[in-house]
Amino acid sequence: METHAAKRIEIIIEAPMQTRLTRVLEEAGAPGYTVLPVFGGFGRSGSWSREGQVSRAAGMVAVICIVAPEKAEPLLEAAYRVLERQIGIVSITDCEVVRKERF
Amino acid sequence: MSDVFALAGQNLASPIILSFVLGFGAALARSDLSVPEAVAKALSLYLLFAIGFKGGAGVAEHGVHSVLVMSMLAGAILSAGIPLIAFTLLRAISRLDRVNAAAVAAHYGSISIVTFVAATSVLATKGIQAEGFMVAVAAVMETPAIFVGLLLAAHASATVQTTAGGRNGLDKDLIREVALNGSIVILVGSFVIGWITGPAGLAEIDPFIGAPFKGVLTLFLLDMGLVAGRGMRQGMRHLSPSVVIFGLVMPLIGAALGTATGMALGLSAGGVALFATLSGSASYIAVPAAMRVALPAAEPSIYLTLSLAITFPFNLILGIPIYVAVATALTGG
Repeated sequence: METHAAKRIEIIIEAPMQTRLTRVLEEAGAPGYTVLPVFGGFGRSGSWSREGQVSRAAGMVAVICIVAPEKAEPLLEAAYRVLERQIGIVSITDCEVVRKERF
Repeated sequence: MSDVFALAGQNLASPIILSFVLGFGAALARSDLSVPEAVAKALSLYLLFAIGFKGGAGVAEHGVHSVLVMSMLAGAILSAGIPLIAFTLLRAISRLDRVNAAAVAAHYGSISIVTFVAATSVLATKGIQAEGFMVAVAAVMETPAIFVGLLLAAHASATVQTTAGGRNGLDKDLIREVALNGSIVILVGSFVIGWITGPAGLAEIDPFIGAPFKGVLTLFLLDMGLVAGRGMRQGMRHLSPSVVIFGLVMPLIGAALGTATGMALGLSAGGVALFATLSGSASYIAVPAAMRVALPAAEPSIYLTLSLAITFPFNLILGIPIYVAVATALTGG
């Protein structure tokens, strides 16, 4: 099967910032994204777990966006405006997609 | 004074407090005991709906008085004023920087609705009446503190500036999220429904929101104990002794102001006790979310641990009995 090169942008961000991030992704032309729950982790700000959170304030979510390579840079610039001062991780990996026109 | 100890003793031996202690202890002992997130959410929705509805029905039964409006106004002023005291106290006794002190101060001006619900339960157990409109006062007190906290922090750094895109800082989205957070919407919404339908409406659903209330609260506080215990286990190392002392003293200062306000308004013993409870409690739901958006430089491990793992258990176990005993003694009720 023929596949096409794409970029997979994964952003782990604080839950209260989720809607702000997804909105700028949409405005910057993201063809789509997926939001996933994150169960816990450890990093510079210490460890945390989804279990026992009294609200979403201290929780994290993962936003995954797969785009054509040429769209990655403007999306990242838009996302960075939201992420700049927040706790979170941004990673970009190369991936392959089957239906090129959707990305 | 003996009344305070007697009430504290009764309070400690109640299923509600013992369940909280069970959860707290289990979390500290690293037990895998947990309440599923969706169940905890459902329990909190039930409690907020029940307390709001009963408050609204109470207002419908006893009528609306000018004291309702005055109480809401006083609540808003307290919510805005308490952070100024908290901020000054924190800066005086601890080494917290201005941004973190402002974030903590905002939490103490706002309220803990779970503490409020627990206080209403204690009053009901003692047969002490309270004004139904205190639910509305609770809703009003949630937000002013957030804005005062952000203003206090704004003097320290540029962290509260709104970016060119208007995405961060004190923007209209944040104001909407704070004002319409789920807890407030269900509390105020059920209050209005209770007000509209009155005692007849309450009679219709009383089997659902009446008798099971304490049992549900007991289970919910088991979960809150687990949450607070985990918060303490993970966050205590971030708190200096002076900050912990603040977490124990500030509720008493806030409660004293709330008691004085309730007395000045001429509220009943229950109303004064609830005003004290609201003023002495610290938020751990609405304010932390607002701080993460508007003041990301502030450390959640400080403000969340302090309000959830120090002040909340203190109020639940000792604070509420003190506030009720003082209010009863002062009003003669």
